[in-house]
Amino acid sequence: MTTVSSKTAAPRSVSGWRSAQSKRLLLTVVGWSVAVVIFFPIFWMILTGFKTETAAIADPSLIFSPTLESYQEVQARSGYARFALNSVAVAFGSTLLALLIAIPAAYAMAFLPTKRTKGTLLWMLSTKMLPSVGVLVPIYLIFRDVGLLDTRTGLIIVYTLMNLPIVVWMLYTFFKDMPKDILEAGRMDGASTLQEVLYLLLPLTLPGIASTGLLSVILSWNEAFWSLNLTTSNAAPLTAYIASFSSPEGLFWAKLSAASTMAIAPILILGWMTQKQMVRGLTFGAVK
Amino acid sequence: MRLARHLPVTALAAAIALSSQAQAQTEITVATVNNNDMVIMQSLTEAFEEAHPDITLDWVVLEENVLRQRMTTDIATGGGQFDVMTIGTYEVPIWAERGWLSPLEDLPEDYNEDDLLASVRDGLSLDGTLHALPFYAESSMMYYRQDLFDKAGIEMTEQPTWEEVREWAGELHGSEEGLAGICLRGKPGWGENMAFITTLVNTYGGRWFDEEWNPELNSEQWTNAVQFYVDLLNDYGPPGASSNGFNENLALFARGNCAMWVDATSAAGKLYDPKESEVADRLGFAPAPIAETPKGSHWLWSWALAIPASSEKQDAAREFITWATSQEYIELVGETEGWTSVPPGTRESTYANEQYTEAAPFADFVLKAIQETDPNDSTLEPNPYVGVQTVNIPEFQSIGTQVGQTIAAALTGDTTVEQALDNAQRATERTMQRAGYIER
Repeated sequence: MTTVSSKTAAPRSVSGWRSAQSKRLLLTVVGWSVAVVIFFPIFWMILTGFKTETAAIADPSLIFSPTLESYQEVQARSGYARFALNSVAVAFGSTLLALLIAIPAAYAMAFLPTKRTKGTLLWMLSTKMLPSVGVLVPIYLIFRDVGLLDTRTGLIIVYTLMNLPIVVWMLYTFFKDMPKDILEAGRMDGASTLQEVLYLLLPLTLPGIASTGLLSVILSWNEAFWSLNLTTSNAAPLTAYIASFSSPEGLFWAKLSAASTMAIAPILILGWMTQKQMVRGLTFGAVK
Repeated sequence: MRLARHLPVTALAAAIALSSQAQAQTEITVATVNNNDMVIMQSLTEAFEEAHPDITLDWVVLEENVLRQRMTTDIATGGGQFDVMTIGTYEVPIWAERGWLSPLEDLPEDYNEDDLLASVRDGLSLDGTLHALPFYAESSMMYYRQDLFDKAGIEMTEQPTWEEVREWAGELHGSEEGLAGICLRGKPGWGENMAFITTLVNTYGGRWFDEEWNPELNSEQWTNAVQFYVDLLNDYGPPGASSNGFNENLALFARGNCAMWVDATSAAGKLYDPKESEVADRLGFAPAPIAETPKGSHWLWSWALAIPASSEKQDAAREFITWATSQEYIELVGETEGWTSVPPGTRESTYANEQYTEAAPFADFVLKAIQETDPNDSTLEPNPYVGVQTVNIPEFQSIGTQVGQTIAAALTGDTTVEQALDNAQRATERTMQRAGYIER
């Protein structure tokens, strides 16, 4: 019996190995194609930054003599550091604030759900469906009256509100995956709620919290609508810096590309460095 | 011990010194676009601050459409974030009427208000009072390649007509590799293709609205003009003309890919600069072509500096805008940046300056084109609006862009010209009804 089965099984396993191989190959090809398509605009932008203005608008070509002209001009015209500092402060500030609010909220929803929890979660997400421009004037008026226009604090508040639904949702899924028994064991040993969160929940879900935080940082970094509309110069982040290089009269693509490359560089590097956590965080709930 | 005793006193003294310095310094926020002339203005910040030690400048530079939206939000809500705004001929009368801009009466004598070109001045005034000061102004004209014209034995006429232009474009199209007979704006937008198309319709005898504000977009004149435009560009235009705006055409012409181009006079300085243009030594100028009437055949636009009524630093802002639009500033740019770089089209004295007219042989054309425009009388038949290539009502931005999109669709062949104009007419009627200009 065994011999027979092993005889019949052998060719099957070879063909199986082959089909698995070709499947892997196909998946690799598809994966790479998608990656190339997604990365191409960024690649082209980086390339354009090293061209002259006339070469940038000429027929697309990979062969050109690279120059740092645009980077020099961009540097000469406005202070990158000031904008970058604002971006860092606003992106990390709003993420911190969002986590501070979202962790208790997600804790309550995950471990002490009521019959309205699901509805509340959905309602929170529904606020993301409203186009931002719809609330521009009310927010502008409020900010004007309380003196928050063109301040980092103002932007941090808006970004926190903007990212809060997503942050709560993500944390909620992470917390739900955590076995309740551990928390109960802690409670048996006399831990208060705060101690429970600080010493049990947070250390155990740290990868999830980190990836949520990173996503929030990236979303805030890239946000352009509010940053352009609520800031003028003091709190203007890198998105405003990029916008200043586009021009209705005259060539600007090389300078705009150079400015954009400088603007996305920090976040791109951060993204690369934390790729593992990001992927883990984003697919955490999906592979159960 | 001694240090500790002195510390509070020293700190107090320092604080007083700092605060008195802060009081003496007024920082004004200037919002502007990233055009070459504005970049020069930014680079001369030091010159201004040296002459006005009590004022410092803070620049906010944004893309034109973003800036317009940003400034509109701020000025409409009285946000007071900007002390000086860079706006155009289109916004000034509309914003001034709403009381959003500070009237600029009693300008200092050395500003020499009478030196400003009359048509530019009128465009920035409400009831005879200036509400913004012109930084630079432009009209439209035709650029052509003298070498190609000579080779083909074509002689440019003093006032070319569109029929002649079509003939010449046909002769020259493709006579060199990659050469288009003519380049024109095709990118949709009220300030892009519609600026050009409106001047074309004007010279074909058409108008946007009759005297009762009824749109006339499917009139015979509009149909003729737009059909001519679509045929001309499809037959003799560059490939992908519907995505070309000012910048794209400037690059095409500067690289030698267009035999003719009708666009803003502000391109002249760039095309004449051998660093930016490969055709600088082969460049010819002519007035914008005409068809039925010369009225409204070339546009008028000026970028101007205005002070929002919500600014709390009116005096300092006024100091700045009178400096940046003065004769003295123009001379400063001429001396530091070269005379072809001076902001054109604002003052008679610029055109009386020999250094400028020598360096810029196109100066006369520009001056004449600007002087000939009359925003109050720009169409063959009378109309109720102000504006040559625009209709200066708040609704025009959306109307213009929508009509621009339907015409771009006709250009790419997605619809016929008749269909496009019928659609444009219906959409414009709806907007005008909603806005209460005409009855439903």
